[in-house]
Amino acid sequence: MRERTTPLPGTPLSDGAVHRGEALTQTWPSSLRYAWDTGVAIGRFLSELKNGRIIGRRCERCERVLVPPRMFCEQCFRPTDAWQLVKDSGTINTYSESYIRWDVSRIAEPILIAVIEIDGASSGGFLHYLGEVKPEDLRIGMKVKAAWKLPEQREGSILDIRYFRPFGSAQDRPA
Amino acid sequence: MRKVAVVGAGLTRFMRRAQETGPELAWLAARQALESCGMTLNDVDSVALGSAPDAFDGVHMKGEYLSPGAGGWGRPVIRPYAGGGTGVLMPVHAWFHVASGLSDVCLVVAEEKMSSCHPHPQGAFLTIFDNILERPLGPNLIWIFALEMRRYMETYGITKEEIARVSVKNKRNGLDHPSTHVAQEITVQDVLDSEVMVAPVNRLDISPASDGAAAIVMVAEEVARRVTDKPVWIKGIGWNLDTAYWTNRDLAYPAYVERAARMAYEMAGITEPRKQINIVEPYDPFSYKELHHLEGLLLADKGEAPKITADGVTQRNGNMPVCPSGGLLGVGNPIAAAGLMKVAEIFWQLRGEAGARQVPGQPKIGLAQAWGDLMQVGTVAVMGID
Repeated sequence: MRERTTPLPGTPLSDGAVHRGEALTQTWPSSLRYAWDTGVAIGRFLSELKNGRIIGRRCERCERVLVPPRMFCEQCFRPTDAWQLVKDSGTINTYSESYIRWDVSRIAEPILIAVIEIDGASSGGFLHYLGEVKPEDLRIGMKVKAAWKLPEQREGSILDIRYFRPFGSAQDRPA
Repeated sequence: MRKVAVVGAGLTRFMRRAQETGPELAWLAARQALESCGMTLNDVDSVALGSAPDAFDGVHMKGEYLSPGAGGWGRPVIRPYAGGGTGVLMPVHAWFHVASGLSDVCLVVAEEKMSSCHPHPQGAFLTIFDNILERPLGPNLIWIFALEMRRYMETYGITKEEIARVSVKNKRNGLDHPSTHVAQEITVQDVLDSEVMVAPVNRLDISPASDGAAAIVMVAEEVARRVTDKPVWIKGIGWNLDTAYWTNRDLAYPAYVERAARMAYEMAGITEPRKQINIVEPYDPFSYKELHHLEGLLLADKGEAPKITADGVTQRNGNMPVCPSGGLLGVGNPIAAAGLMKVAEIFWQLRGEAGARQVPGQPKIGLAQAWGDLMQVGTVAVMGID
């Protein structure tokens, strides 16, 4: 019979014990670096970002336009058929405000993020930042548009889009 | 296929930081599991070993690294991997070994030591995201949960208060668990007042990073009849993977969990899961995930898991106790070990050996479920005493 008082093995360590050297540790800073080939599909996607455009791949069997693009349709398991430019605008599928960095250190001004359903894609879209908007004004279903880096600053990276901003703000209206 | 039973289980304490190494933690859990059913390593034909990303340890080939402490010497050893889903993928693989006739006794060990990674184990999670399209954005694991939680809440009109009840329940249940390092008596308001990490996720919506290990012994029927008069049978197993393109998925409903559950239910002869399943240990790394998973497991209608939680159905003395162990929120989250802890909890509950955590009513059928990879895998085990 197992009771709540059953002592279980395991020795918790306090930070103090480590800092005081009572518990020995061995450290090793990882210094590996990677250079990833971006591949056929994402390589082309990144090249088009450098051109200020978003591109997907079309599967004629399931009639989906896939963004991010892939050279194969993972559902039909056949080659996709054609490149297809889609718009640089979309709809917020879901969003969030991050008050922590990747290492959980806190930040005062939140990073705004969203999954954007790209206009012209039928698969959904991708993760990116939001900008030029207050957190309290964000909502699912909001129309947004890519805010691009200047052409000379683009490198063929997801960061060639600075963020997505609400669509229909002053600069989108005809003068 | 041969019938397969769980006949023994063992756990370490779950700790924020353990003095023991990974192999030492694995050994502590494995030894207990064997001793609990009067076995030694000589009785073990094969070993199924589980642990989540190697990046926590900074030790590659972690399965081989852990194997000496897990009985993985001079016999077949396998290390299946499905991120956070690993803990319940272990009994799936052990079932293959025993049901097929390849092994009569399979020792199942899951270990996690997250504390080695600095400045924070969250840093290791950065490397699960797409290396080209997502990592340049500097994501952390909580982003993906926050995005899914928001989509779930808005799709079904669920409030933060409703979700916070899961943390309150599980952290209270954990007070009765001898492995816990995070159990506490808190209120819904405490959850809402805890610091916002990545909205709508607050600190008390999240399970901790932990060190710990769990182990069970799975055997063929003839061995089970010999070593115990209370075997707990593996009635059904299921697992399912959704696309890795997570931004192309429906984030409001875990269809892959439903597919895994249907696979396990069919094998177990479960036709009316809400009537037939008495006790549930769904994966609860975040408060809303328990609700999300109850719906995927077909144990609540879509968007209705908050209601059965508010009605007390999921309390330890409710009609369908959920996470009576305390779960990851109430006991701790050494990832693979936390999933296997859920299988161990169902084992003890069905045998009536859960002590202060024992649910009333002599449950006959229980379910353990884990979830993980890039929010895309469901792993399910249905267990029973008949």
